Parts: sequence; C-alpha cells; structure tokens
Amino acid sequence: MTTTLDPRAAAEPARLSASELAAVRADFPLLRRTVRGGRPLVYLDSAATSQKPEVVVDAELDFYTVRNAAVHRGAHQLAEEATDAYESARAEVAALVGAAPDEIVWTTNATAGINLVAYAMSNATAGRGGAAARRFALAPGDEIVVTEAEHHANLVPWQELAARTGATLRWLEVADDGRVRTEQLADVVTDRTRVLAFAHVSNVTGAVADVAAFVARAREVGALTVLDACQSVPHLPVDLHALGVDFAVFSGHKMYGPTGVGALYGRRELLEALPPVTTGGSMVEVVTMEATTYAPPPQRFEAGSMMVAQAVGMGAAARYLRDLGMAAVAAHEAEVTRLLLDAVHDVPGVRLIGPAEARDRLALVSFVVDGVHAHDVGQVLDDAGVAVRVGHHCAQPLHRRFGVAATARASAGVYTTAEDVAVFAAALRTVRPFFGLGGES
Amino acid sequence: MEQLYQQLIIDHAKDPHGKGLAEPYAAESFQVNPTCGDEVRLRVHLRDDGTVERVSWAGQGCSISQASTSVMSELVEGRPVAEVEGLGEDFRALLHTRGEGLDEAAEDRLGDATAFTGVGRYPARIKCALLGWMALRDALVQAGVASTTTEEA
Repeated sequence: MTTTLDPRAAAEPARLSASELAAVRADFPLLRRTVRGGRPLVYLDSAATSQKPEVVVDAELDFYTVRNAAVHRGAHQLAEEATDAYESARAEVAALVGAAPDEIVWTTNATAGINLVAYAMSNATAGRGGAAARRFALAPGDEIVVTEAEHHANLVPWQELAARTGATLRWLEVADDGRVRTEQLADVVTDRTRVLAFAHVSNVTGAVADVAAFVARAREVGALTVLDACQSVPHLPVDLHALGVDFAVFSGHKMYGPTGVGALYGRRELLEALPPVTTGGSMVEVVTMEATTYAPPPQRFEAGSMMVAQAVGMGAAARYLRDLGMAAVAAHEAEVTRLLLDAVHDVPGVRLIGPAEARDRLALVSFVVDGVHAHDVGQVLDDAGVAVRVGHHCAQPLHRRFGVAATARASAGVYTTAEDVAVFAAALRTVRPFFGLGGES
Repeated sequence: MEQLYQQLIIDHAKDPHGKGLAEPYAAESFQVNPTCGDEVRLRVHLRDDGTVERVSWAGQGCSISQASTSVMSELVEGRPVAEVEGLGEDFRALLHTRGEGLDEAAEDRLGDATAFTGVGRYPARIKCALLGWMALRDALVQAGVASTTTEEA
C-alpha cells in the first residue's frame, strides 16, 4: 500500500504550468471533439460530471481485458488479481482523501452513500445491530440538521429518515451571499441534534463550508457529522481525518472516474457499529437457516456483486489526481475561479448567485440573465460550443431562497483554461442581445 | 440556433397569448418539467356545444415553453375538442421529426405552431415545447371531453 501524505504538505508546484495544463488536456480524449457544427468544445459542466482521462478508461478496459474475475472468492490466479485490483483501488481512493482503506465503502454513487447511512440509522432504530448500534437510533424529539443549500441527495434522505423515526428535520439558512449562515450553528444545533449533514462545497454557489465550525459544534452536542464531499474531492486537497467528520460521501464520476461508483467514508469505529442495509451474499460471516452474522466493514456494506471495474476506474482517477497533486489542482482552479467571477461580473444584465469573492469558493458559478430563462441561456451558450448546466441543479430549496426557478451554472475542472472562460464570457455577452434585450439590465 | 428561436417564438415569449387565469373554467391542469422547474397552470374554457372557447394559463418557463403555450392558446380557440386533440397529436409528431417537418396538410393545420419545427433538433427542449400541450390534454381529460387518455411524454 502507498503511504498517505497530506497533499498540502507535499512539495508541489503552486499551480499547473502552461505545459502541464496542456498535458492534462491531452489526457482527456473527449476534449478534442467538436460540437454544433465544428465548434471546439468548451466544457464547463464538470460539477455535473467530469470528463475522463485516458488512464481511467484504460484501467476499466485493462480490468475487463486481462483481470476480470469474481472478487473475494475463488482460489485461482485471476480471482487473486481481480481482488487485488479492487482492493488497491480502494486504497488509492482512501489515500486521496486521507482515510484508511477499510474506512472506504464502495457505493453506486454519493446518493447511495447518504441513503446507506440514513437507512442504517433506521435499522438501528428498529433494534438491529444490537447495543453497539444504539448510538444510531433515533426517536421523536431527536433532530437532524441540514442546510438550505443542500443538493436534494443530502436533504431528501434525511426528510425520509425523520419521517420514519419521528425525528425532526431542521436547517441552517443561507445568507444573501450564498454562504451558509454558520453563526446559526449555536442555535440550531443543540443537545437534541443527532445528525448534522452538510455539503463541503455547494453545487450551486460554489461556497466552501467552514467544516471546522460544523464539526466543533457537532462534537459539543454529540451529533454525527455527514459530509457531502462530491464537489470538494475533485477540486481541493481533502483530508477526512483532519477534517474530523464522521461520515463522508463522494462520487467517482465527478472526480474524473467512471459512473456507477462512489464512496462512503466512515470513521472505523462507526462503521464497525453500523448495522448493514443491503443484505445478502458477500457481506456475511456465518449463515444458518435461522440467523446470520455479518462481515466487518467495509464488506458488511458491499452485498452482492459489486461494480468492480468501475471501482478500479475510480482508483485510477484517484491515482491520477494524486499524481497531479491536489494542491496544484486547487491552485490552478483558484485562478479559473477568479476568471469565471470576472466574466459573470463584467457582462451587463447577469446576476451571480453565490459569493462574489474568490475566497473560500470553487470554480463553479451559477447565475441568472435578466429577462432570459436559464434554459435559453444554456441554448445560446451551447450554440457557441459552451456546455453549461441549466435548471435547479437538484437544489430547489436554495433556488427558492433566491427567488429563481432555475439558474445557469458554469463549472470548471482541472482541464479548464483561461481560453475556455474567454469563449464563455464572449458567448454570455450575446445572450441578451439575441433575445432582443439591451446590453444593460 | 436561429432555426430554433424563430422570430415568432421570441415574439410570443415576450407577449404571450392567453396568459392570465380566467373564470369560469371547465377544468384545470398543473404541469411541471422537473428537470428545469418550469411550470404551467392551464384552464380550459368550454362552450355548451363542446368546442374549446379558449384556454387561459399562468406559469413560468423558458421562451420555448412560454411561446408554445401561447401559440397553442391562439390555435385552439373556438375549435371542437376532437380537432384540438388532433392538433396536439400533429404537434407531438412535428417535434419528433428531428427538424424535418410534416406533410403540407399537417403543417397547414398547425399554422404558426410549425415555427417549433426546429425544436425537434434539440431533444432536450421537446419537453419545453410540450408542457402547455400536456396541460391542455390533461385538462380536457379532467373535463371529461377528451376522447383519448393515452399518455405520451
């Protein structure tokens, strides 16, 4: 196994040089294609899903071509190699986020990871998992706290858990600048709070949460923390042990890995006490007709045949990011953040939803164009070869908070260049005139 | 892109026909496009002879959905329910021609709604153009006058 280094402590360049950035772009075959009648692709939708470097595609291909076998069973050489690829990938992903390999559970995506925790708590509430799992049981009077900025994936599962257990859902509000009102932690998170679930980085505002403040308050009251790290792991150095969260989830496809795979992190002692959710093969110790004992984590949570090739691909993606160095990735994207903010700021009639300053925010900007619906904004940008996301980005409450039904969102990845942002900015300028509106709002 | 955003569409989006809910009405339908949050609340107003007197609606959405609902409102005014249903089928068929268009007879029936031919080249926008039409069909079903209750996205 490789040594886990804090990426911030490693000796790395401050940011990607021009030649390194060119090399990164060359790693992503899809970026070479054109769209809409031969226009170069400007891909600014990495927060929805990232493109894949060749090493990730190759890792899946290699697995199927020469290593494919059922993992964790069979005594033949292929089974050994397949198991080794699967577990090595787990170690790679763990190393990327400062976790131990046995604290990483493969899930189909981040949503599944949050649901796993929520349903495990339901099972604990129903008495499953014995005395060790009682810490996860909820009852009427208990509270689950989220924020108004959450992706539906980190809201709806908690609504459902509250409904199943009689617990109450509460939330922290979002300020006008798009940041979560952390100062409400003292009032909203109380002795009744059992779970505090929040996004590391908002997928709409790009704001980076003050994780330390959340964790400190949760510890004061004995609440479990659940971190949605989907938007942070691909873009920032993330050390889950240092952050001190109890659980975290992130997806493969947003971090340059395959679809169909994600990871749930849980502190070892918590995973050991957590009852299983999906039960069946591969997650057991002794099975009789009457009862079953379960495997230790992470296998306890990996019932049935898993997405082995995708896990191997996600491992390759983690390796790719570690080789680039997350500090260098973050430094490069910080520059893109400034460019994106300038682009949105400089175009008349365009309003940013989210923090206007580059501090503690990522290269992900959501905005509305006065008088033009987000769908139409996206269409005009698409005509210039610029791919952005339009809609509510699975965060309806946050959009309601800002009085808009939909926004357009430009989001960068490690391969995003200043030229990409320049093409985006030029296209954005054409939106209002195209619909017969003036350049001024 | 100019094929998609015909001037007629931009004009209808800016100054939509039939917008503003009216009373009394035979039935009302509320439809949303969950991918973008667009919504329309549409009322159908029927005459005693079974023709559609008019539709009135409220909603918010992209220019395609707003203009399509507006053009539809103009198109169906004063027509028998069966004819309105036929127009709905023609319009759905038009959107699934990938921008090729329909035969002359069908295009004659659709009139201004043929401006949405280009939407068929953009599969993600077909739902936008159909939002108002879905609401109208649902309202006609609720009013008990629609001859068909088949569902189509």
